Amino acid sequence: MTDAEAFNANGQTAPEPAPAPAAPVRPAPVAHTPPAPEKMTVRNLDFYYGDHKALKSVCVPLYDRHVTAFIGPSGCGKSTLLRVLNRMYDLYPGQRAEGDVLLDGANVLDPRLDLNALRAKVGMVFQKPTPFPMSIYENIAFGVRLYEKLGKADMDERVEKALRGAAIWEEVKDKLGASGLSLSGGQQQRICIARTVAIQPEVILFDEPCSALDPISTAKVEELIDELRHNYTIAIVTHNMQQAVRVSQYTAFMYLGEMVEFGETNGIFTIPRERRTQDYITGRFG
Amino acid sequence: MVEHHTVKSFDAELELLGRHISEMGGVAEKMLADAMDALAGMNAELAHKVIAADVRLDALQRDVEEQTVSIIARRQPVAVDLREIIGAMRIAGDLERVGDLAKNVAKRAAKIAGEGRIPRAVAGLKSMHELAVMQLNDVLDAYAQRDAERAKEVWLRDAQLDALEDSVFRDLLTHMMEDPRNITFCTHLLFCSKNLERVGDHTTNIAETVYYIVTGQSLPTERPRGLDSSALP
Repeated sequence: MTDAEAFNANGQTAPEPAPAPAAPVRPAPVAHTPPAPEKMTVRNLDFYYGDHKALKSVCVPLYDRHVTAFIGPSGCGKSTLLRVLNRMYDLYPGQRAEGDVLLDGANVLDPRLDLNALRAKVGMVFQKPTPFPMSIYENIAFGVRLYEKLGKADMDERVEKALRGAAIWEEVKDKLGASGLSLSGGQQQRICIARTVAIQPEVILFDEPCSALDPISTAKVEELIDELRHNYTIAIVTHNMQQAVRVSQYTAFMYLGEMVEFGETNGIFTIPRERRTQDYITGRFG
Repeated sequence: MVEHHTVKSFDAELELLGRHISEMGGVAEKMLADAMDALAGMNAELAHKVIAADVRLDALQRDVEEQTVSIIARRQPVAVDLREIIGAMRIAGDLERVGDLAKNVAKRAAKIAGEGRIPRAVAGLKSMHELAVMQLNDVLDAYAQRDAERAKEVWLRDAQLDALEDSVFRDLLTHMMEDPRNITFCTHLLFCSKNLERVGDHTTNIAETVYYIVTGQSLPTERPRGLDSSALP
């Protein structure tokens, strides 16, 4: 089966795959003993905004059911990398990725790939909570309907499960008909997480999920991420280094579009191998 | 040394912490030297000075502890900064103990100052003391220069101090067997030699800490021991 077929939920036959471009192979900077299979693998990834090269031969694994944090100064390419993992960049003309991004061994960058199927598997939560202007219930059900036809009872169950999974059920169970916009920022963000979880993805990407939240909401989201990792593979971009330490098992430090260092979070924050990593995490950057 | 922090006040705090450790090191070295002089010279007055100096060392240690707790709470240090701060706290604890041990020697010096018996029994202690002071001096230099190799050398050299303690033990035992009237005096000296040996242990602790600060790695848990410590009680 080709990579594209692997994602084609509707079962249509995909055209022949194009020959893979010969990319310079650099050994992936993996940890000494991988703790789990690689759910996603990024290999020699280059990314361009028009002529600007934003990612330079990036290699990084996302281990199954582990949290990987991406840190680095603004503009280092960490959000860009996240946007490649579920092909979010496809929405914008002039942006292109070269290299390999594998999800369970199948190439995400294959142009014939079914993007809806990919994004059902690789969900994303953004920096600012983005509830739809509809009821709390519909905020969750809306996404599910794009992929599945569920009866009322099944849908109710799915919505409850998602809201429970996002640790917000108790707070909203009596007002599911209320507008999603009526909730606090922290609650809205958990609704967005519930919406992502409801689709039953395999990988969840968090792009600065707590930067607009107060410390208590942040703690709730972090606690949630810690629970979610038992069922999902998680990548999180954060500017808050303490958050990276708290929620992740693996950390990737990026700088100027390069993957400088990848390793166990504990190691990165106690004995980083690279001088640039140390300078960044200790606040000694230029 | 590494580059400066973007937040300059953090650098200032780390610098102050380092200065306090240096001051503690200076006080501990002086106490140790004076304690031995008091013992060798049967000088009770000097011995009391050493006992009084310990107050300053304790106060400095409390300062260092407060500073480290405050820095951890406010800066959430990681990597080399975290090691620096944890290291400072540990070194301060060891130096405080060195001060206590010097004070113990001084107390015994004050006690036996009036007796003035067999000064040659003190000779072995002097050699131990010289080595202990040199070791402490070296490890404080290794800390000041963040020199892991030098710290490791100090760590290895502690075996010599252990061996010296063995020979002092035998020596004192001989004096006691020769004349039972020496027993009180020599027992005090035995405790002093134990104190000096303990100074060496704290010095190796500091060496281990310096090594950790610089490299992030720990030295092995077992370090080479003295040639034969089986004769010790």
